[in-house]
Amino acid sequence: MSQSPSDTLTTADGVPLKVSLRRAVRRSKFKALLLVSPLLAFLIIAFVMPILDMLWRSVDNPEVSTRLSRTVEALEGWDGESLPGEPVFAALVADLREGQEARDLGLLSSRLNYEKSGMRSAISRTARRLGNLEPPYREALIEINDSWGELSTWKLIERESSPYTLSYYLAAMDRQLSPEGEIVKVPDYLEIHVALFWRTFWMSAVITGLTLLLGYPIAYLLANLPLRHSNLLMILVLLPFWTSLLVRTTTWIAILQSQGVLNDMMVAIGVIADEARWQMIHNKTGTIVAMTHILLPFMILPLYSVMKTIPPSYMRAARSLGGKPILSFRRVYFPLTIPGIAAGGILVFILAIGYYITPALVGGQSGRFITNYIAYHMQTSLNWGLAAAIASILLLVVIVFYLVFNRLIGVDKVKLG
Amino acid sequence: MNESAAIDARQALPQEADTCFARFIDVQKSYDGVELVVKGFNLDIQRGEFITLLGPSGSGKTTCLMMMAGFETPTHGEILLQGQPINGLPPHKRGIGMVFQNYALFPHMTVAENLAFPLEVRHLPKAEIARQVDRALGMVRLEGFGSRRPAQLSGGQQQRVALARALVFEPELVLMDEPLGALDKNLREEMQYEIKRIHASLGVTMIYVTHDQTEALTMSDRIAVFNDGVVQQLATPETLYELPENAFVASFIGENNRLQGEVVEHLGERCEVVLDSGERVVARPVAVGGVGTRTTLSLRPERVALIGDDDEGRYDNRFSGIVQEVIYLGDHLRTRLQLCGNDEFILKTPNAEGNASLRPGQSVTVGWTWQDCRALDA
Ligand SMILES: Nc1ncnc2c1ncn2[C@@H]1O[C@H](COP(=O)(O)OP(=O)(O)OP(=O)(O)O)[C@@H](O)[C@H]1O
Ligand SMILES: [Mg+2]
Repeated sequence: MSQSPSDTLTTADGVPLKVSLRRAVRRSKFKALLLVSPLLAFLIIAFVMPILDMLWRSVDNPEVSTRLSRTVEALEGWDGESLPGEPVFAALVADLREGQEARDLGLLSSRLNYEKSGMRSAISRTARRLGNLEPPYREALIEINDSWGELSTWKLIERESSPYTLSYYLAAMDRQLSPEGEIVKVPDYLEIHVALFWRTFWMSAVITGLTLLLGYPIAYLLANLPLRHSNLLMILVLLPFWTSLLVRTTTWIAILQSQGVLNDMMVAIGVIADEARWQMIHNKTGTIVAMTHILLPFMILPLYSVMKTIPPSYMRAARSLGGKPILSFRRVYFPLTIPGIAAGGILVFILAIGYYITPALVGGQSGRFITNYIAYHMQTSLNWGLAAAIASILLLVVIVFYLVFNRLIGVDKVKLG
Repeated sequence: MNESAAIDARQALPQEADTCFARFIDVQKSYDGVELVVKGFNLDIQRGEFITLLGPSGSGKTTCLMMMAGFETPTHGEILLQGQPINGLPPHKRGIGMVFQNYALFPHMTVAENLAFPLEVRHLPKAEIARQVDRALGMVRLEGFGSRRPAQLSGGQQQRVALARALVFEPELVLMDEPLGALDKNLREEMQYEIKRIHASLGVTMIYVTHDQTEALTMSDRIAVFNDGVVQQLATPETLYELPENAFVASFIGENNRLQGEVVEHLGERCEVVLDSGERVVARPVAVGGVGTRTTLSLRPERVALIGDDDEGRYDNRFSGIVQEVIYLGDHLRTRLQLCGNDEFILKTPNAEGNASLRPGQSVTVGWTWQDCRALDA
């Protein structure tokens, strides 16, 4: 219906209907906003801001541009073909002197060391001898450390003089910029992140598959048993939530370790020899077993909530129409549970790729996830930029999965609980 | 199921069993091992018949249907289909079409896919399936709806699809569990007619469950009235209405005036009853014992007549009562009387001249014949 603006609907007192409707709902909207504001504030402070901070850190690159500001300025117009001239070296000395006084050369040397090994010792050694350094600085510095005589050092400083960098992302993907400015692989012995990303993804996929395999029949029982039995079963499913994650994980150590319950039993009944006990913990097996157990409820609950809405008459109808039990299940019941499978799958997968504590405790070397490396870079190597870049990549993967899921299944189809 | 019991039951069958299409023989069912939900259910169904199981909620109708379809096993007794016991036969081998109360149309399939399902599982060729699906859609007058999802159909249309799906593989027996329960009154009547039309044109045998007595009366060849897991009476609609055999059937089918009393004289085809309020009534003994037993007299409201002064002697029973309430229903009037100590005595009179002038508080004389007044169990 097309209406010209002149005859828009008005209320009895002549106010346009839309305006008066907006007025009427404004109050209730304001009230609703007031009610959610504490949660909103909490979310912004505890969720949105840390994520923004993380994204910021993954590209933030202040060290060279602030600490070596004179050097960077002096390098302007440098041809990049030969070593820079004396003014640049003088500027470097001035910058380092200032840095030594301010005691913040550590950050700079770490930053440059990420990109070119040997830079940390070059800077610290130079800093130590700044006191009795005489011009010409060029020869003096090169004498202290060869790095200052290398073209690549100066190219690095020039390159990293920008306040933003993608080098953390390159490092997260086991890549770096060559002195010529090309993206190249890091040396083999430093390659670690890409393999860990893949391992995290495929192991998470295996864990998701296992939870589906184990959880589907349980969810079916939950949804179809008489209430008395299904309540008990539901309590059993939820029981793990009442114990701490740490307890559940360490229990698996007690069960799976070489001197653990399972191995002892196998030896006792003679399935395996005492010398040939299975190594089931501190490797991939340990991570997969423990995480499958821990994440199982997150698969069961969405499956259950979907199955609960499927009336038994569908299967009965299929059977009465001549479908054999398995065929009826495949053609009628299973397709109706796909939203539940998708919801449980995406939930478990996303939780799994972000899991940290369990792989750390039972994963050993080979069962570790990329998250354990985020922790490593946060706590041990103190390379927060790299930690932020890895975490940002994980976030991106999760978002991509979510979008694909929404495309294929539709988030609105999913009911949790 | 006990093997020898099954054989016994088969041998116990009389020869005429072959003419029966389906039989329930002494079927009992308990879900919890404590209480019998169905107690000794016997039913012979002829080929092509439209049988209705009618009864109040919880009386075991669905349970009987589920046993026929194979989703529940009888605790005792035997169910025969075309002379063969089917107790051990899984549902998908029974070839029985079924319409569920909530239709149970597969929501993830289109209407055409729903209809094709029973044909696909029977491995029919593609072209044949397409042809049959079109034919079934035509039968329920839903041509052109094949590509819709069930959720895109109205309640009545979904009902038609469910019906078509139960019929498309040409079963000889179709079970329907309150198929019209979710429809409004007009649509229900239309669908009743539709189902009857299809039943007549295909000649399939139908077992129909409902707790709506009008539906049962208008559609069925025979009706089994259920109460408490027991068939109270199995008869044609006319017989059930005119000649109810016990107080439950009388009150469940149609409207019914009940008068309590005691038999004082039993003369074979008629008896005399003294009501608790003291009046003497002549009635037809249907389900009473001898003199001294208590009885419920059942009397249809439309069989009670207002008596003027002229027609002396036509009615064996004449009593005067006081008008409590008159409800005007267009073509007829419902008058509530206080009569024979009963405050709820209903009188149904055609809206004819003279009848419309009743006023509350007025005293009237009414009468009925002994044949219309049935003495049933107390
Ligand atoms: N699966 C079951 N387990 C236990 N008891 C059941 C089950 N199904 C039905 N019952 C009980 O059996 C009795 C008969 O149930 P049924 O469903 O046959 O009644 P109905 O005549 O179909 O009633 P309605 O008109 O309400 O559908 C009821 O008391 C019911 O509680
Ligand atoms: Mg029922």
